[in-house]
Amino acid sequence: MSSLSYLVSRLLQIIPTFLLVMVVIFLLVRMLPGDPAIAMADAKATEAQLELIRQKLGLNEPLVMQFFYFVKNTLSGDMGTSILLKAPVLEVIIERIPVTAFLTLYAVCLSILIAGPLAFVAALNKNGGLDIAIRSGFQVGLSTPVFYIGLLLLTFLAASLRLFPVGGYGTTFLQHLHHLMLPALTVALYTSAIIMRNLRSAVIEVLDADYVQFARSKGLSRSVILGRHVLRNAMISTVTLLGLSIGNLMSGTLVTETVFAVPGLGRLMLEAIFARDYPLIQGLTLTFAVMVSLVFLFTDMVQAWLDPRLRLS
Amino acid sequence: MTYEAPVLEVEDLHLHFPLKRTLFDAIQRKQKRIVKALNGVSLEVKRGETLGIVGESGCGKSTLARCLARLYEADAGKIHYDGQEVAAKDAAALREYNRKVQMMFQDPYSSLNPRMTVRQVLSEALRVHNMRPPEQINDRIAELLDLVRLPQDAADKLPYEFSGGQRQRIAIARALSVEPEVLVADELVSALDVSVQAQVVNLLLELQDKLDLTILFVAHDLRLVRHVSHRVAVIYLGTIVEIGDSEQLFNAPKHPYSKALLAAAPSLDPDKRHTRPSISGELPSPLNVPKGCAFHARCPHASGQCQSETPRLRALDELGKVACHHAEALLSA
Repeated sequence: MSSLSYLVSRLLQIIPTFLLVMVVIFLLVRMLPGDPAIAMADAKATEAQLELIRQKLGLNEPLVMQFFYFVKNTLSGDMGTSILLKAPVLEVIIERIPVTAFLTLYAVCLSILIAGPLAFVAALNKNGGLDIAIRSGFQVGLSTPVFYIGLLLLTFLAASLRLFPVGGYGTTFLQHLHHLMLPALTVALYTSAIIMRNLRSAVIEVLDADYVQFARSKGLSRSVILGRHVLRNAMISTVTLLGLSIGNLMSGTLVTETVFAVPGLGRLMLEAIFARDYPLIQGLTLTFAVMVSLVFLFTDMVQAWLDPRLRLS
Repeated sequence: MTYEAPVLEVEDLHLHFPLKRTLFDAIQRKQKRIVKALNGVSLEVKRGETLGIVGESGCGKSTLARCLARLYEADAGKIHYDGQEVAAKDAAALREYNRKVQMMFQDPYSSLNPRMTVRQVLSEALRVHNMRPPEQINDRIAELLDLVRLPQDAADKLPYEFSGGQRQRIAIARALSVEPEVLVADELVSALDVSVQAQVVNLLLELQDKLDLTILFVAHDLRLVRHVSHRVAVIYLGTIVEIGDSEQLFNAPKHPYSKALLAAAPSLDPDKRHTRPSISGELPSPLNVPKGCAFHARCPHASGQCQSETPRLRALDELGKVACHHAEALLSA
């Protein structure tokens, strides 16, 4: 199978995933207690007014028809109107996507930058002092709640030392980098701990393989051995893990964006939940699902590039 | 075949692996434990010969092979190549040694980088030692594939597309690419089917004739070793107990351990089948090598001398050497 047909077949697999996600979202919202009509109308609404809203929302139709309209509208880009913001859901979401995407990508880059080199240092000093120090350091990062790390960073780096702003997003790329440093770092500390542990053990395993020992005896330089022979083979399982943890990262933005007042999808989701803004919750859940699916797709592509065996099977 | 001066000479090689002391061990004040993998191995390999190295699993065969290919650095002892000592100080000489002595591994799966095509594997080897100018590398790769009888289109395939036997032939091609003089084959065929074993071994012997190679053949399959080797060394707990001409050693082993090892090999003759174990006890742990002769605890002929004094490897005749206090007595008995 060529790389292209692999890509196409992998893209086709996304369609059932999305359908399933839509079914779940649709049912979840309908299973929630309470009447969306009541939530939309104000407290003094009469029964007739409520009935009107229900009619407008199509809540009186059979469930199957409701689902059909839901899929049809969503596909045509109409996700309804946000109750909270009184604006089309799609518009609101599209406006916020870049913020969360930036934050997530930023956090991923930071995690790789932190975890990658340290994993190699730890693996090369297996069970040595440096290895133990690195592992215990990350253990602290792993076992401390994200919001707590966020608050600590805020208190020391932003409030006391004034190195970073306490919140916001900024307008230029450099401002984004500056503003999102602390939230990204907060999430990255957790993710990098997971990546570091996985990469460390993968590196240790590959270092032990005969072909690496052979490369060493051939007199290849250390950097060539580590880059060409070790890193590429050790990365395979770590890439999977990274893809999975990006999913976690996105749900983590709910907390971080709130702590750092970042105007992204996560904070919007929290606001939507508190306001019982059903259309917005639906739209956001779907958006998160799409983003996570795309990340998984991308992970699979990277993996196929890294591990030729996957392309053929 | 002419036997000349030894191409490779190993003198009193020691290699110990200290085990990491855990916190628990430290609290219990346990001694630091050491795996004594090699305890004074000395041997000579003559140019053009095949030296078989046999022994039970865990006796240090592979460690010796890896020491000779310099994948491990010995703690003590000397390696001479063509009469010259191979010392860690001389980087250029080490590099030359690394080229002349090539290693082939047991596991056909972990010996090749799964992400490199055969061409990449071979050209990396050719480039590292500047064997050919870049424009000739592809020709040389084609030549090497021919040599190990792999089709030309194998060059651009990845290791997982090959069977175990084909992978071992790739490993042979990789070893041959740098025009070595000595090949160290560590259990080269033990992971393969018997029919494929024969193919690979016969290819190796053919190449030996064609390219004038010296081969160290480490294996636990005694019949295979007998088939390929001119001389054989029997190793027990990191020391050589007997070394000598292959036919003589297999027909009339002198060391009690060699005798037991050969007797333990299953016989194809149904009349000769026996169920009585020819050797009693387990191989002692290399963490705790017995004093004196390492074999004394399992040897039916052990005496007080064997428990206190380590026997030296000494020549009994021009065909072989044996490390046993009672070799002469056993011979006449």
